[in-house]
Amino acid sequence: MGTGRLYAAVAAGGFRRYATYRAATAAGVFTNTVFGLILAYTYIALWDEKPRLGGYDQAQALTYVWISQALLAVMSTMGGGFEDELIERIRTGDIAVDLYRPADLQLWWLAGDLGRALFQLLGRGVVPLVFGALAFELALPGDPLVWLAFLVAVLLGLVVSFAIRFLVALAAFWLMDGLGAAQLAGLCGIFFSGMLLPLNVFPGALGEIARALPWSALIQRPVDVLLGEAGVLGTFVFQGAWAVALLAAGRVLQSVATRRVVVQGG
Amino acid sequence: MGGPVWSVAEGRPYGAYRRLADGLRAYRMIAGMWIRSTMAYRLSFAMTMFGNFAGTVLDFVAIMLMFSQVDELGGYTLPEVAFLYGLASTSFGLVDLAVGSMDRLGRRVRDGTLDTLLVRPAPVLAQVAADRFALRRLGRVTQGALVLGYAVAVLDIDWTPLKVLMVPMALFCGGLVFGALFVAGGAFQFVAQDAAEVQNAFTYGGNTLLQYPPTVFAKELVRGVTFVLPLAFVNWLPALYVLGRPYPLDLPAWVAFTPPLVGAGCCVLAGLAWRAGLRSYRSTGS
Repeated sequence: MGTGRLYAAVAAGGFRRYATYRAATAAGVFTNTVFGLILAYTYIALWDEKPRLGGYDQAQALTYVWISQALLAVMSTMGGGFEDELIERIRTGDIAVDLYRPADLQLWWLAGDLGRALFQLLGRGVVPLVFGALAFELALPGDPLVWLAFLVAVLLGLVVSFAIRFLVALAAFWLMDGLGAAQLAGLCGIFFSGMLLPLNVFPGALGEIARALPWSALIQRPVDVLLGEAGVLGTFVFQGAWAVALLAAGRVLQSVATRRVVVQGG
Repeated sequence: MGGPVWSVAEGRPYGAYRRLADGLRAYRMIAGMWIRSTMAYRLSFAMTMFGNFAGTVLDFVAIMLMFSQVDELGGYTLPEVAFLYGLASTSFGLVDLAVGSMDRLGRRVRDGTLDTLLVRPAPVLAQVAADRFALRRLGRVTQGALVLGYAVAVLDIDWTPLKVLMVPMALFCGGLVFGALFVAGGAFQFVAQDAAEVQNAFTYGGNTLLQYPPTVFAKELVRGVTFVLPLAFVNWLPALYVLGRPYPLDLPAWVAFTPPLVGAGCCVLAGLAWRAGLRSYRSTGS
């Protein structure tokens, strides 16, 4: 089996695995829609008070709400993707089996996570966005090229998201119970991805820092590409640089972990 | 082999009292077991507790960031929003701590481990509520109480005895409404096993909604959370009484005193839903 086909099969497995739970998907869509509705009204109040806040008009702000709700599960913004499973495998010692496999650990999990994300983009992303577009006046672009650029930004954001969570999961080699580390990373995801509030509404230095951190690649940057508020190439370079840096850090940490830490279990 | 001892009829009032006592005792024992188990990984517990606290803090920081750009949201100032936020978050946090594990019920139905709970001589509701009792959720309660304290300290309220009483009343009755939501959500999971997230839309979503003033939302939505799903009684109506603000939907002033009735009504309905759900349960048999 060629390596390309191997990882394609792992990705397809990730897709099918999440596609199995239809009721859970429907429930997730419902929850995203409810939260989208609540946020939409608070944003309307906010933009009523101060039009052009953060450089958006009200339609753009509402678009931001519904796109970010659509991307929430795709990006595993709050954690809860593959990393819980990887942490559990490290804790129980099953990781030893994974390390024996003739496949690269990082690529293996990346492929599975991309499969999951593709399903959630289709299964959980589309419906809340359509609901939002029907219930509110959104500023969605008509140009298919903009949508294509958006999808590329989503893919790059996904790789960044994966690379962060891979690092977090590897911390379990030292902490044994990696739940705390995963939770802290999830918090950064919630706050710095722009899920609660667009990062360009953040004031002063906090805004500068938030926009430079890798989490901004998850939601803020792809949405800005869609809204035409950010340069496409600049966004890709920003996301790509973080992706490469974090994936490389993951490789280093992985080799340290597998060399120095004695696997538990017998 | 007969049924569980506690359900043998021993005269109605005594039986009901005994059931409640049994349920609380089982709850205490299971929760205690989970606390001891959590403490096996102390560093991780400290981190998750801090994470729970910090997560809710960030939630409020987002609101503060909004107010760094505007002076009012829906006509309400930051301390007034903090008052709404503190009341909702504290009562929600207490309920989340006590019965927040109810959303794991669907998983137990799916993998068949619910059967284990059914054969144990303790009320199922107590067992499910205490399942994986998470002490780290104290983080949310702490944060909610801090925000409430800030609001009370900063707000210039003309306190009367009734207004003072309104605060603990709202916390308690709000807890009843949220608790009923968790139990009803649990009952729903007997039917829709994987759909645990629907429950989050009502519990966590309800909490988020109540953190903002009612003037922010569309009238139909406010009507829905007043008359259909009575979330407005958790904090909006009591808080508006304390703040001396007009009620949404031109409701009369006395509705601020109705949360105990509404809370009790919700609990009765949730109890009935729970019974119906538990009765309808059929084990997968695997």
